[in-house]
Amino acid sequence: MALDLARWQFAIVTVFHFFFVPMTIGLAFLVAVMQTLALVRKDETWDRLTRFFGRIFLISLAVGVVTGIVLEFEFGLNWSAFSIFVGNIFGAPLAIEGLLAFFLESTFIGLWIFGRERLSPRLHLATIWLVSIGTILSAFFILAANAWMQHPVGYTVEGGQAVLTNFWAVLANSTLWASFVHTVVAALATGGALVLGISVWRAHRAPDELERNAFRRATAFASALVLVAVVLVAVTGDLQARLMDIQQPMKMAAAEALYNTQNGASFSLLTIGNLSGQPVFQIRVPHLLSLIADLSWNGQVVGINQMQATETAKYGAGNYAPVLWLTYWSFRAMIGAGVLMIGVSAWGVWLWWRKRLAASRWFRRAALAGIVLPIIANASGWIFTEAGRQPWIVYGLMETTKGVSTIGAGDVALTTAAFVVVYSTLAVLAVVLVLRAARHPFDEIGEPPDDTDPTPAPGLVY
Amino acid sequence: MATYTGLSALWFSLIGLLWAGYFFLEGFDFGVGMVSPLVSRDDTDRRLCMNAVGPVWDGNEVWLLVAGGATFAAFPLWYGLLFQGAYLALFVVLLALIARGVSFEFRAKFDDPRWRRVWDVANFAGSLVAALIWGVAFTNFVHGLPLSSAGYTGGLIGLLNPLALVGGLATLAVFAFHGSVFLSLKTSGGLMERAQRVARVAGGAAVLLLAATVVGVAAGGRPWHTLAGALPGGIPLVLGVIAVVELAAATLLVIRGRDGAAFFCTGGAILLAMGAIFGSMWPAVLPASNGAALALTVGAAASHPYTLEVMTVVAAIFTPLVLLYQGWTYWVFRRRLQRPAAVAAQAPGASGG
Repeated sequence: MALDLARWQFAIVTVFHFFFVPMTIGLAFLVAVMQTLALVRKDETWDRLTRFFGRIFLISLAVGVVTGIVLEFEFGLNWSAFSIFVGNIFGAPLAIEGLLAFFLESTFIGLWIFGRERLSPRLHLATIWLVSIGTILSAFFILAANAWMQHPVGYTVEGGQAVLTNFWAVLANSTLWASFVHTVVAALATGGALVLGISVWRAHRAPDELERNAFRRATAFASALVLVAVVLVAVTGDLQARLMDIQQPMKMAAAEALYNTQNGASFSLLTIGNLSGQPVFQIRVPHLLSLIADLSWNGQVVGINQMQATETAKYGAGNYAPVLWLTYWSFRAMIGAGVLMIGVSAWGVWLWWRKRLAASRWFRRAALAGIVLPIIANASGWIFTEAGRQPWIVYGLMETTKGVSTIGAGDVALTTAAFVVVYSTLAVLAVVLVLRAARHPFDEIGEPPDDTDPTPAPGLVY
Repeated sequence: MATYTGLSALWFSLIGLLWAGYFFLEGFDFGVGMVSPLVSRDDTDRRLCMNAVGPVWDGNEVWLLVAGGATFAAFPLWYGLLFQGAYLALFVVLLALIARGVSFEFRAKFDDPRWRRVWDVANFAGSLVAALIWGVAFTNFVHGLPLSSAGYTGGLIGLLNPLALVGGLATLAVFAFHGSVFLSLKTSGGLMERAQRVARVAGGAAVLLLAATVVGVAAGGRPWHTLAGALPGGIPLVLGVIAVVELAAATLLVIRGRDGAAFFCTGGAILLAMGAIFGSMWPAVLPASNGAALALTVGAAASHPYTLEVMTVVAAIFTPLVLLYQGWTYWVFRRRLQRPAAVAAQAPGASGG
């Protein structure tokens, strides 16, 4: 009971945090690019766009930061045995993340928010780039920790603890690099999709030419960026799939709910009925799974039953298959949302190229709906990769059931319920505030700050 | 197993420094949040209070995250057993930090008195509750908790013993004092004068409560002090007493209007108190009140030397850099906040980002 609750709690606090993390990484980068364009081209339009999207970025950042604090302690709270087992290795990237990334991000965001009038334009621009670098470094180190759970390297097990033997191996982990690039480009797509959706809508509603042109420019910029980013997401996702096929074949089989080893395995787009191998209805693409897993037409994909036998022989009796409906559908949600994103952004680029951005009502709707697509893809991607590793918490080394704290179910239930309430409130507030910021009058942005002050004291922002 | 090694001693000290830095920095953030309702006459005053720590609070909080991460990496057993043991207490701190964390960003977003009231309360209550619980927690750590091999299992009720509550109130008073002195330094006019008045009262309360905590802890048994390598009990006690004396000096300095010197003393008192706490816990990371053998020692909790070496190299390279740029932030925002001449009720937040 306490174990299930701890699982639910971890899933809730991580996935919720991860709604905001890619958004923040993406928007930090986009806002930094916008501010660079403003400065280099001495362009007031980009300057206003920087401030406009900067406000939205800060809302996302605020929620990301406070929910991130929880995660720093969540391992000790609910996964104490896991923490003790992995701390030697897992703790190091976490501590380094704090020292290298969080300090950078949090210190320079204060300088960026409050420093507009106090720093030179170049220095002020540098602060947002340092924030962006901080968010990306943070992704690297937390994924270093996670990649080690997916594919442990550079360790031995001594006295009931995993002990680090080669820190470079942990940082050079192939799983880390694939997931790092995948996550960062997905984050760019997430921030880009938000900028795209809002810009298309604002350009349409613009009261004057100045605002319309500004948001058209942002639309074109965001469409191009999202298109490039999502294509890179697909390429790196494919790299990850091949690593997964080698490192965690069970996860690959579970992604497809493939029961028995197959050569030239087909890929099912969707299944109606159950996943037990006798579906009511399926749409299948021949050979695609073999291509994904192995990059060859007739490549072999190992089935769940065969992996179950292999892992039983290796680790002893037990059930080594994850929850199949979850892996199967989260994998499809991720890929489906990604494919739709490519469609929306390619459409935007095409309309821009044909100078017809203004005309298309359907593109407007698609771009607005497109805001949620990367969010769905990000969440289902994480759910897939974490749920697909089950029953392991550290692949091949520790099962999730062995990693939990010795906390009474009542306490875990209480804290989980409280997190649900608090996080739901935060979600509602964040959405309301982002919607409000998205409607902010464009001509009010970028007005000179209150200069009635006789002395230029630090400004009031909050 | 030896109670400690050189590297594990280094990391124990570094974690102590991270906590000390955290309480020094976020101590005044918490304090400003706590005294804001006492010193503010109107919405502009409340805004001034929030903006006094606005550019720095987020960076200050990272000290806590790094302390957490460093504990995880350097002492996995400490991290695992501590947070599992102090489960509900830490959970309440996290909720408090969430509430006050978002209050900064959210408050100015709607020009509506009820909305602002909600975030003023969140900032106040978040600061107060976090300060109180941190104080309760550290008083328990330094006094020792009844431990078993599974760590502390006495729950939240066991943590809320009378001595720990006095320690919690002491922490609250010290931070309120530290924060009101900080506010005196960062504001001007009537707000500054009111912050100075509150500082005098908070200073008196902080002296009395911290003195009571020091006496209470000194009267305890501290069986882990018999472990090999423990400091003579007099050393942490002297540090604690100097911390109290510094608070008394700070109170006198505030009365004489020397806010800068007073801030130096309140900050010094916090650092010394943390030195006393970690000095007294040593060589245990989880001191046990029920027998020296039950304490979790620095040596037993520490990671493998290789992990500690890697972490030492990373810390040696990047800590000076962090101190440099974080210090620079304080330099950039060193000026006192001025009350806007014509109260700029128009679109607060419009100048940001």
